[in-house]
Amino acid sequence: MSLMSVFDISGSALSAQSIRLNVTSSNLANAETVSSNREQTYRARHPVFAAAMQGFSEKSASVGVNVKGVVESQSELRMRYQPEHPLSNEDGYIFLPNVNAIEEMANMISASRSYEYNVEAMNTSKQLLLATLRLGQ
Amino acid sequence: MRFNLDKAMGIYESALYVRAKRGSILASNLANSDTPNYKARDIDFKSVLKNAAGVSAASNLRTTSAKHIIPGGNSAASAELLYRHPLQAAIDGNTVDAQIEKTKFAENAMQYQTTLSFLTGKIKNLTSSIKGE
Repeated sequence: MSLMSVFDISGSALSAQSIRLNVTSSNLANAETVSSNREQTYRARHPVFAAAMQGFSEKSASVGVNVKGVVESQSELRMRYQPEHPLSNEDGYIFLPNVNAIEEMANMISASRSYEYNVEAMNTSKQLLLATLRLGQ
Repeated sequence: MRFNLDKAMGIYESALYVRAKRGSILASNLANSDTPNYKARDIDFKSVLKNAAGVSAASNLRTTSAKHIIPGGNSAASAELLYRHPLQAAIDGNTVDAQIEKTKFAENAMQYQTTLSFLTGKIKNLTSSIKGE
């Protein structure tokens, strides 16, 4: 029953996109988290998506999506000279996360759009299956 | 004339199957619209339906030896998957265009319902002839 697999496929996409939304909100929430050294500073996190091929044959097209993991951005942290800050180091600098707010907002919009049309695909398939069940009545 | 229920439903039975299959392929395209290096896929409905219909017609052929080959061995289950030609591929190697996939999905759903209503018509015809009303 091919239409049943739509629920698995779109469902996997929904969970992947919600993880992406969670990570984005965590990045935005911590955009101004200050620390006094490089190691303890929050770094922007991003999920890595991969097509879920396991359990499917090579020819199968019904492929869901998996979150392979969450990686931390390796781009340079922001440093600010603020000697009066209680968390500043001996040179008077504080460290701010490498969160790019614009990038995060774009990510958030993309994730919510993807979430929306996967819900749409599920809804449509549900209606088609119900119509098939009513066949001949 | 012998009545055959397989033939009574015509091509719509195979068509419904292929439509459902295509629906799940398009749904996986939509699900993977943000997956790096994922290539959008689709099937050629016309040729797949031809194969699917060919198989059901061929299954009516009588074979007198195990070595006889039944034509049209390629069923809808092993439908040939093609790759969609990308108009504007993403920088991460993903070729899914969400707009195109959404339209195709809606189109496919519409055609699925059309096939369903044809089938309903067939079933109504059958029931009315059985009842003799």
